[in-house]
Amino acid sequence: MSYQDVEFTREELARYNRHIIIPGFGEEGQKKLKEAKVLIIGSGGLGSPALLYLTAAGVGTIGIVDFDVVDDSNLQRQVIFDIREIGKPKVEAAKRRLEALNPHTRFILHNTHMNSGNALDIIKDYDVVADGTDNFPTRYLVNDATLLLDKPNVYASIFQFEGQVSVFNFVNKKGERGPNYRDLYPTPPPPGLVPSCAEGGVLGVLPGIIGSLQALEVIKVITGIGEPLSGRFFTFDALNFENRTFKIKRRDDNPVNGKNPTIHELIDYEQFCGMRAVEEKPAKEITARELYDWQVKGKKFKLIDVREPSEYKIVQIGGTLIPLSTISENADQIPDDMDVVVLCKSGIRSLKAIKELEERFAFTNLYNLKGGILAYIDQVQPELTRY
Amino acid sequence: MATVIIPTPLRKFTNQTAKVNIEASTVGEVIDRITLDFPELKKHILDQQGIIRSFVNIFAGDEDIRDLQKEKTPVTNSTVISIVPAIAGGSF
Repeated sequence: MSYQDVEFTREELARYNRHIIIPGFGEEGQKKLKEAKVLIIGSGGLGSPALLYLTAAGVGTIGIVDFDVVDDSNLQRQVIFDIREIGKPKVEAAKRRLEALNPHTRFILHNTHMNSGNALDIIKDYDVVADGTDNFPTRYLVNDATLLLDKPNVYASIFQFEGQVSVFNFVNKKGERGPNYRDLYPTPPPPGLVPSCAEGGVLGVLPGIIGSLQALEVIKVITGIGEPLSGRFFTFDALNFENRTFKIKRRDDNPVNGKNPTIHELIDYEQFCGMRAVEEKPAKEITARELYDWQVKGKKFKLIDVREPSEYKIVQIGGTLIPLSTISENADQIPDDMDVVVLCKSGIRSLKAIKELEERFAFTNLYNLKGGILAYIDQVQPELTRY
Repeated sequence: MATVIIPTPLRKFTNQTAKVNIEASTVGEVIDRITLDFPELKKHILDQQGIIRSFVNIFAGDEDIRDLQKEKTPVTNSTVISIVPAIAGGSF
């Protein structure tokens, strides 16, 4: 079925009236939206505004990919959720909110972690992809999958006060294909060099701004109005309120769609991003329940908490506070004659701290608290505050 | 002299300075000078061989220096150099 065959009920015509009366958009633009299938990858900070606006705008079919559940600490920026949804799968919570917003939109839920095994299958039935994930492996995965399947990828990314937007792999009316993420950034940063967002933080309004720009570009790609942000890369500095738009081009050495492509199928993106190496030499681990056992049995050990002071204030379980960024300079506070358990929020920063201490000071007595303080709260002391 | 725009994620290495004026005649000289003035910035822009990292893009005006003369791209008093690193946040 082509968009010309789309028909609207009287209620829909009334609802979309403010679109239909825009010169150059009209009923044709609205029909293209209703006919379109859009996949939103990540329903968090960027996905929230993108989903709300695209649903409100009348996109006919919206797929949502997310494996996470709603947490109270999401609500600072993920405006699609509310306190009634805490603990529930994000895709289901999002659907409840969006169905109440627009009964004319159909939602397809993918309550899963997107990976090389399922990405092509999930993406293949959609017309446009909007990538709002939070890590480099998934960024490259989505990029390559959209190249292999020949889909436009509306990209947006944020960190602290910085936002980035572009439209990748877009074919214009002349049939010219625009650049993609690999043309812009051939390889990702090694793990550890760029702080993750859980450590670095983000100003809550920023994903609202950048996710809305992403929704705007999705609508332009679908309807063909204006000039999509293809071949251009938009950056926004919220601190100084400055934005820049750079020109970007396709590169001959792009391994997926350059002159001599070497990647013809999806690869192992965690390995590509250097994350597999971290897993090869795992640190010793202790579960929250085992830690609790040590505590009740009065075993002699030291607990080190590598989170930030602001997090420690929210909740702590008796560990000595040494933030990850100061771990090496405080190595003398860490005993080497008894077992030491290192903890953070979810177990990633504590792993980094252990690796740093083992490499620099040859500690052999360090245990990572698996799942961090969140796991401890879940399994041992549910009355403590989660964040 | 060129003006260098430091992106917000790297400002912790420049004492929160957003714009730095550098006396130089090429982009390569600009990078050398700024990493000398702010040593902590170096590992975030250059690899151990001193080559611009592939997850950092340098733009002169709105043009990617890879489309100009790379590090040899000349700069003038009015050139604005932007450092744009890859960031990956979104759904967290």
